[in-house]
Amino acid sequence: MNSYDFYLMGEKLSALGSGGLFWGDEKILCVSDLHLGKAHRLNRDGAGALPPYENIDTLKRLQADIRATNPSCVICLGDSFDDPLAERSLDSVEIDLLKTLQKDRDWIWISGNHDPYPSYSYRKYFNSFSKSSITFRHIALGSENGEISGHYHPKISINLSKATVSRACFIADQNRVIMPAYGTYTGGMSVLSDEIKALVEPDAAVMLTGSKIRVIPYSLCF
Amino acid sequence: MFANSECSAQLLIAPTGSGKTLAGFLPTIADLYLNPSPTLHTLYISPLKALASDIKRNLEAPISELKLSITVEDRTGDTKQSLKKKQRVIPPNILLTTPESLALLMSYPEAPRIFSTLKRIVVDEIHAITESKRGDQLFLALSNIRKYCQNVKIIGLSATVNDPSLIAGWLTPECDCNIIFSDSGLDPDVSILETSEPPPWAGSGGLYSIPEVINEIEKHKTTLIFHNTRAQAEIFFHNLWLANSENLPIAIHHGSLDKNQRKQVEASMVRGDLQAVVCTGSLDLGIDWGSVDLVIQIGAPRQVKRLVQRIGRANHSHSGVSKALIVPANRLEVLECFMALEAIYENKLDSELQTSIPLDVICQHLLLVACAGPFKPVDIFNEIRSITKYKNLTRVEFDKCLDFCITGGYALKKYEQWHRLVETSDGYVKLRDPRIANRLRMNAGTIQDSDTLKVKYKSKQGKSKGSSIGEVEEAFAISLTPGDTFLIGGKIVKFESLREMIVEVSRQPAKKPKIAVFSGTKFATSTLLCDRILKTLEEKSWENLPDYLCRWLKQQASYSKLPQSNSLLIETFPRNNLHYICVYGFAGRNAQQTLGLLLTKRMEEMGLNPLGFVANDYTTLVWGLTKVVDPTKLVGGENILRGLDLWLSNNAVMKRTFRSVATIAGLIERNLPGVKKSGRQATFSSDILYDTLLRYDPNHLLLQATKKEAMQGLVDFARIENMLEKTKNHITHVDLKRVSPFSAPLLLEAGRIPIHGSAIELMLDTEINSLIADAGLEY
Repeated sequence: MNSYDFYLMGEKLSALGSGGLFWGDEKILCVSDLHLGKAHRLNRDGAGALPPYENIDTLKRLQADIRATNPSCVICLGDSFDDPLAERSLDSVEIDLLKTLQKDRDWIWISGNHDPYPSYSYRKYFNSFSKSSITFRHIALGSENGEISGHYHPKISINLSKATVSRACFIADQNRVIMPAYGTYTGGMSVLSDEIKALVEPDAAVMLTGSKIRVIPYSLCF
Repeated sequence: MFANSECSAQLLIAPTGSGKTLAGFLPTIADLYLNPSPTLHTLYISPLKALASDIKRNLEAPISELKLSITVEDRTGDTKQSLKKKQRVIPPNILLTTPESLALLMSYPEAPRIFSTLKRIVVDEIHAITESKRGDQLFLALSNIRKYCQNVKIIGLSATVNDPSLIAGWLTPECDCNIIFSDSGLDPDVSILETSEPPPWAGSGGLYSIPEVINEIEKHKTTLIFHNTRAQAEIFFHNLWLANSENLPIAIHHGSLDKNQRKQVEASMVRGDLQAVVCTGSLDLGIDWGSVDLVIQIGAPRQVKRLVQRIGRANHSHSGVSKALIVPANRLEVLECFMALEAIYENKLDSELQTSIPLDVICQHLLLVACAGPFKPVDIFNEIRSITKYKNLTRVEFDKCLDFCITGGYALKKYEQWHRLVETSDGYVKLRDPRIANRLRMNAGTIQDSDTLKVKYKSKQGKSKGSSIGEVEEAFAISLTPGDTFLIGGKIVKFESLREMIVEVSRQPAKKPKIAVFSGTKFATSTLLCDRILKTLEEKSWENLPDYLCRWLKQQASYSKLPQSNSLLIETFPRNNLHYICVYGFAGRNAQQTLGLLLTKRMEEMGLNPLGFVANDYTTLVWGLTKVVDPTKLVGGENILRGLDLWLSNNAVMKRTFRSVATIAGLIERNLPGVKKSGRQATFSSDILYDTLLRYDPNHLLLQATKKEAMQGLVDFARIENMLEKTKNHITHVDLKRVSPFSAPLLLEAGRIPIHGSAIELMLDTEINSLIADAGLEY
């Protein structure tokens, strides 16, 4: 499988090339910032009718990860829906696929800044969720150890001799992991931005998503 | 001549600088003198903002001298909002505007009243407008306002064109356009600037010619120095000043400069304070600069037509003969410059008029029409079809455009309650929410110069201050890291930060600048010029060519072979552990670029690990990690065409074209320079939209429009097909031990395109491993 194993608070985690994170011992699959319904929300705001296929695309990629890892629990780490109306914009095909994915496993929605209220459907919502010494929450506190968060969706640009490659990435130090965005229409924030710099230690590792997951020491990114 | 015509439309063909524009206004002034009225009488449309304001100045002088009570106002992107608002209530007698501003004016509910009194429409430099989608935008707008003023007369003013009847067909629905040809005037005096140093092997700046250029500036009253791109103009201007020991008054003028700076330069030109102006296409058209007596063209002209136009700027010499000098930027271009001279003297022009129906512009048109008020689809359909160019627009195509505007045109009915336009019960179509009208207007326009950002100095307190120094392309701004230096407005500045869509810089007097990436439109060398070059190479008629050029041609002939028109020359050679393939298609830059994309795709499939390519107007150079033993397998006709569709859908050119089509059609919002996006708006990676659409809705209107446009425009596939047809799939392959005289300059060419395939994955590994190894780390 296209993944990279690392440790947080002594727990072995696998960063997946897709942008998901798998905690094998607990059989937990975590994905962040799906931003389902984003095209719908933008259309509502008058920003133009973007191709409305991002939900099905995001869910199908999630389906592939679920098939590959067979988790007993899926955690969506916040900003799963672009806003409350967007949540209701899912069509029947998308809802059916989501329900199929949820079947026979636990499913935890963490609330994010885009979807702060407990959802009226599709099961449980939490502000944060802890298991062993690890806590899942949407926006990193920075003061707590063993934290897995999303929100900033880091990305990195690398200059090759004849090209520049830009990839969504995980960034992890001994105390925390910041996840890339999983949603098809969700962009990213440079790992060099002040926000991310303030959260992770210089000895952090940057894990690039893509057809083969690659790792670079954060200190070499500057 | 104009006043007497019975026809509803007239087209006047006259060379540049013959005063045709003012002639177009005479009937207006005469009519307004006899029948004064407080309403709009004449609409004047020019392709350039600067031209509109120049005409305003030229009209105001005689009007005030004759003490006529005729009001003249311009309405362009530079006009103040308050004046624009006033114009919608009290329009002037003569309104000077651009296609973009006219389309916007049409989108206001006041349009019927404003245009109801219109008697004449003058379209200036119509040949330039009809070359791009701006022509479509303009004629769609005219088709719309015509219903308010049935008896309006349209006058088109054009420089010499190959096929005037094509343009005439756009002007009038009844095909009764009267075409008037004016005297073609004297032959211009054009030659190639002789320099002590021959042109360099590569590059596009023409810096080597600076001593001779300064010499010419000194000898003439006013010189215009034309460049093909803004970046080149900047670099040339900077170096010109470094060499300007006599402190000659020399200025720069191009589209990225701040409006006020441009206006200052224009004013000093008119006063005769300047001895030379370094400029780009922004001065291509009709502005009367008073005393210009020399034009210098830096870089190959790419089109004879454009060169003739530029030469026409220098119409103020004593003899009345336009004088121009051409400076080839590099050795490859020398031949092209000689061919252009020949073509001028033989009076041959290249014609590249676009004849297809751009559906994205029709979508934009429908949205703007809806901003003005509810409409009946069938009325608009008939209006559009009344223009000769669109008479073949089918109802199915039109309905697809309308459906796109209403629903987004997707296979999924996702946005039902949120449609942009809604159908009313009585068969009209209107905006769902009138508040989005402003948003739609802000995104109107068809010029897809990449988005630009303002550049300002950063103060000690860390705030940006003062007026902007100019603008740079967004893509360029993003590529900068703090400390990088670049040229703008002839000054070297250091990049500090990018804040709220403003590029903040500090002064950096001494350092050598990081060169600006290429910008502006890249014109491909026309078929006419390419054919002439090939013919000269073939016939070895080199007597008139300079010695250094003949030597180079002879070296190529003896070390490798000369390109031929009946066989495609391909060279292969190794260099620095990479394997190179050089294809001499002479099909123009866009087609050669497409060839590069096609070849690298084939190589990827065949496991030949291509890494990238670079193309100029004559050649494509591809490199990779594996030696290609038999390139005929790559290039042979069927091989190149195989999988074209799949290839097309996945290449960068299509994605770039999609971005422009999607923006024009109103799918993606334009980034407005200087306007900060709120959190509710988003900048979208059009690549991701493209990929998603391709995967889930491959027949979508915008994908069809993109493909059609790419095939003709950036992809220029027609020229590849022509080339293959001419060579009848005959290929001459020369396997060399080292680089050939002709291919060497390509190694220095800018604008390399990387291939993100297997080779990149390999290199990414290598790069990351070496990063880690260098740092003594292990993961």
